[in-house]
Amino acid sequence: MSVRPNARPVGQKPPFWRDRAKRALIFQILLVAAVAAFMIYIIGNTQANLNARGITTGFGFLNNTAGFGIGQTLIEYSSQSSYGRTFIIGLLNTLLVGGLGVLAASIIGFIVGIARLSPNWLIARLANAYIETFRNIPLLLQIFFWYFAVLRSLPSARESMAFGEAIFLNVRGLYLPEPLFESGFGLIPATFVVAIVASIALVMWNKRRHEATGKRLPVFWISLVLILGLPLLILVATGVPVTWEMPELRGFNFAGGITIIPEFLALWLALSIYTASFIAEIVRSGIQAIPHGQTEAAQALSLPRKLVLRLVIIPQAMRVIIPPLTSQYLNLIKNSSLATAIGYPDLVSVFAGTTLNQTGQAIEVIAMTMAVYLIISLLVSMFMNWFNARVALVER
Amino acid sequence: MIHNKEVIPEQPAPKGTIGPIAWLRGNLFNGPINSLFTLLGLYVLYLLVVPTIQWAFIDADWVGDSREDCSRVGACWVFVNARFSQFIYGLYPSEEYWRANIVFAMFASIIAWLVIPRLPLKRWVIVFALLAFPVIAYVLLHGGYFDLPRVSTHRWGGLMLTLLLASVGMIGALPIGIVLALGRRSQMPIVRTFCVIFIEFWRGVPLITILFMASVMLPLFLPTELSVDRLIRALIGLTLFQSAYMAEVIRGGLQAIPKGQDEAAAALGMTYWKRMGLIIMPQALKMMIPGIVNTFISLFKDTTLVMIIGLFDLLGIVQAALSDSRWLGFSLEGYVFAAFVFWIFCFSMSRYSQYLERRLNTGHKQ
Repeated sequence: MSVRPNARPVGQKPPFWRDRAKRALIFQILLVAAVAAFMIYIIGNTQANLNARGITTGFGFLNNTAGFGIGQTLIEYSSQSSYGRTFIIGLLNTLLVGGLGVLAASIIGFIVGIARLSPNWLIARLANAYIETFRNIPLLLQIFFWYFAVLRSLPSARESMAFGEAIFLNVRGLYLPEPLFESGFGLIPATFVVAIVASIALVMWNKRRHEATGKRLPVFWISLVLILGLPLLILVATGVPVTWEMPELRGFNFAGGITIIPEFLALWLALSIYTASFIAEIVRSGIQAIPHGQTEAAQALSLPRKLVLRLVIIPQAMRVIIPPLTSQYLNLIKNSSLATAIGYPDLVSVFAGTTLNQTGQAIEVIAMTMAVYLIISLLVSMFMNWFNARVALVER
Repeated sequence: MIHNKEVIPEQPAPKGTIGPIAWLRGNLFNGPINSLFTLLGLYVLYLLVVPTIQWAFIDADWVGDSREDCSRVGACWVFVNARFSQFIYGLYPSEEYWRANIVFAMFASIIAWLVIPRLPLKRWVIVFALLAFPVIAYVLLHGGYFDLPRVSTHRWGGLMLTLLLASVGMIGALPIGIVLALGRRSQMPIVRTFCVIFIEFWRGVPLITILFMASVMLPLFLPTELSVDRLIRALIGLTLFQSAYMAEVIRGGLQAIPKGQDEAAAALGMTYWKRMGLIIMPQALKMMIPGIVNTFISLFKDTTLVMIIGLFDLLGIVQAALSDSRWLGFSLEGYVFAAFVFWIFCFSMSRYSQYLERRLNTGHKQ
C-alpha cells in the first residue's frame, strides 16, 4: 500500500479548518456576528434619522385621536376615536372581505373545477376559458376594472337599477333590506346551535352503530331537517319576530337598509373571481390525481356510483386539494391589501395608509401591519401541518 | 377447421359513430341533463361573445386623434392609439425611443434564443443575459455614458418599466434564492433558522406592505446623506420578495433529487460545493424550470403594484391616462388594452412552462 507523502501520522488531529464540525461552528458564529452588525448599523441609522426628523418612537400614538372618518365600520367608530381603534376597524374590514372572498372563491372555484372535467365538451371549454382568462390578468387590473369601469359608471341614485322593490344598485353602492330583530328572536339562533349539536351527536352515534351492527340511518337528511326545520318551526311558532327595513330613496340618496359600498363590491368580486380561477385548477388536478384504478376497484366491489365518489374519490382528492387550497386562501387574504388602491378601508389602507401619513410612525405602523399578516400565515401553516399529519398516508 | 381464404375488404365504420353529428351526440347531447347544460352554455356564450364583438370590433372607432372621432357606441380605440407610445415607453423622451427599442430587441432575441430548442450555445446566452445584458440595458436606458443624454428613472414607465421590474426582480432573486434554499437544507442549525425566518417572513406578508416598507422605511434604515432612487427602492423590495418564493421553488427541486446522488458524490470525495455545482444543481435545475417560470408569471403580474408607490408601470400609466381631462370616460378601453397585453405575456409563459414540463419529464417522478 502506497503512502501519500503528506499523509498525517496516525493519531494526529486534522487542523481545525478541515474539521467539519468546527468549520460549521466558526461559519455560524461569523454569520451571527454579520447579522448583528447589520442590525446595529440599521438601528443606529434609523435612530439618527428619526432624531433628525423629530419623530419619537413608541406605541403611545395609538391612544391619540385619529380625527378622520372611515367609509365602512363594522364596530362603532367616529373621527374622535383613537388610532388604536383605526387598527381594529381596518383589521375587521380585512377579515370581512377575506372571509367572504374565501367563501365565494371556493364556491366558484369548485364549480368551475368540476365543470372543467365535465364530459360535456362545451362546458369543459367554457370552464377552461374562464380559468385561462382570469388567472392571466393581474389582480390589481381586475380590481380597477370592476371599480372604475363597472361600478363607478353605474347610474346615479335617482336612476338606480332596482331588483324588485327591495334591492337597489347605483354608483354609491348596493342597497339591501335590513332585518330588524324583535325581542324573542334570540331563540332562533339558539335552536340552530342545539340542532347542530344534536346532528353531530347523531352522526357519531350512527357511525358507531354502523360499525357494530352494519345498520345505518339516512343521517344526512335527518340532520338537514333538524338544522333547517327546527329553527324554521320556532320562527313560525314565535310569529316571525323579524321586520325588514327597506332602503328608500330620499332626496339624492337612499336611506335605511344595509349599504354595501362599491369599494367592497369591487374588491370582493375581483378577489373571488381571480382566486377562483386558481382554486378551479387545484380542484381539477386534485381529482385527476386519483388513479382510475381506484374507481374501478371500488366498482369491482359493487359500490354504487354515489358511494364510490363519497368514500373513495373525494377523501383521496381532498388530501391533494387542501394544502394548495389553503395557500390560495392565504394569498386571497394577503391580496385583499390591494384595497388601498381603490380606497376600501382595510388594514393597509386605513392603518398603513392614513394613520401612517398622519402620525409618521412608519416603523411601528408597518411592523404592526406585517405582524397581523404574519400571524395569519402562521396560524394557517400550523393548521396545514396538523392537517397533513392527520391525512398523511400511513405507509408500511 | 373453417378457414376463410378470401380477404374481407375494409368496411366503413358503423353509421352514427363517426362524423360531426356523432361527435355532437357523444360530446354535447348525450342525455337530457347534458343537453340542457349544452344549451345553457351556448346561451351564456351568446350573451358574452356577441355584445363583446359588437363593442370591440363592429361598433368600434379605430382612427382619429381626439375624442370627437369616437361615436361612443362601441369601443374608442382612438384613445389607445393616441396614447400607445406612452403605454409602451412611459414618459421616456420620444427622440430617445431608439435606445429603448434596442433594449427591447435584445431582450426579445435573448428570450427567443433560449426558448427555441434547436439553437446552440444556450449556456453562453444565459451568461450574457445575466451578466452583460443588464449592464448594456442600464447604459442604454439611463444614459450618461458615451454621449448619451441622461434619462432619469422617473421618466421610465409603461410596458418597458413592467418588463424591467420583472426581469431585474427575477435576475436578482435567483442567486439569493439559491443561497436561501441551500441554507434551509443545511445541517447547521443557526444558518437553517436564519433562512427559514427570512423566507417565511417575506412569504407571509403582502407585497404591498413590502413596497410600503421599501419606500417609507428604507430611507430610515440608510445613512441620512444616502438617498435611494424610488425605482431602486421598488426593485429592492421586489427582489427580496421574489427571492423568498424562488428559494421555495429551488428547495422543491433539490428535494426531488434522490439522496443517493449526494451520497454517491460524497463517496467519490467531492466537496460540498462540487457536489452541489456538478451533481445536484444540474439535475435539480431542470426540474425547477417550470416552477421558476410560474413564479416569474406571478412576479410579472405583481409588478402592477408598484403604481401604488408612485411608479408608472403599464397599469400605472393607463390609470394616469384615464384621468386626463381630454380623454375622460374611456376606462373600459384602457383596461381592456392593458389586460390584453398582460394576458398575452402571462398566457404564453404559462403555455411555455407546460410545454417544458412535458419535455423535461425524463422520469424523475415516482
